[in-house]
Amino acid sequence: MFGSISQWDGDIFDHFNRLEREMADLLGYSSGPASIREVARGSYPAINLGSTDDGVEVFVFAAGINQDQLELSIQQNLLTVNGECPDRQPESSNAYIKERFAGQFKRSLSLPEDIDPESATARYTNGVLHISLKRRAEAKARKIQVN
Amino acid sequence: MSAEKNMATQSNRASEAAREQVRVMRPAVDVFENGESISLLANLPGVAEEGLALEVDGNQLTITGDIAIDMPGNMASLQADVRFTRYQRAFNLSGELDTEKIAATLKDGLLSVTIPKREEVLPRRIEITSG
Repeated sequence: MFGSISQWDGDIFDHFNRLEREMADLLGYSSGPASIREVARGSYPAINLGSTDDGVEVFVFAAGINQDQLELSIQQNLLTVNGECPDRQPESSNAYIKERFAGQFKRSLSLPEDIDPESATARYTNGVLHISLKRRAEAKARKIQVN
Repeated sequence: MSAEKNMATQSNRASEAAREQVRVMRPAVDVFENGESISLLANLPGVAEEGLALEVDGNQLTITGDIAIDMPGNMASLQADVRFTRYQRAFNLSGELDTEKIAATLKDGLLSVTIPKREEVLPRRIEITSG
């Protein structure tokens, strides 16, 4: 008779857990101190930044952009992505939803201090701009032999 | 009794759906309409053709896209605006749209879907003859 009660309990806690996670994500509690150049969530374009032993990988999520409209610059360790995303509304059409970003965009982010700006390579594939940068040789992690 | 069981499975399914929802991203879209068709644009950066699925079930159109990016395995994340690898969004289509003739293209992570209206509902010019 009451076999399904626990099922309901589980579900309710699931929902609370999910809510809590989403709130934490939204308010950014769990993410520690923020970068001075951090921008509001949802800023365009979205950027993922990852670090490896040899370098830094930057992924800029910008769909449907003409490659000529993308501009990248690095000053010291500050990487700036500039571009333009065209408004694709056809003439003589009505728009119901218009959430896609259109217009000029510019986003800067600070990279780790030890990257070598000269080493940067960039490739735009499937709407993601992937920028690879190497660390300067002297800054690379080295294994130290213990005698 | 069986009704209860039914409710339990339903709630199970609902919670599975909720869990699933946490792991998918809702892509930004534009929806435009002109006399002949409805067109939909969706930003799916990182999705290649192999990772894209368009499904029409009854009058519901579901777009699912899986991000495939080569990332070095030993990478530690410093910043992650994009936290999940799947985009998903569904739309209810109205009856005058011809779901048999949906056309879609994917270029540079931008999905473009065109859904034509059925011929019988296309705007027609009515000839006026003077009597």
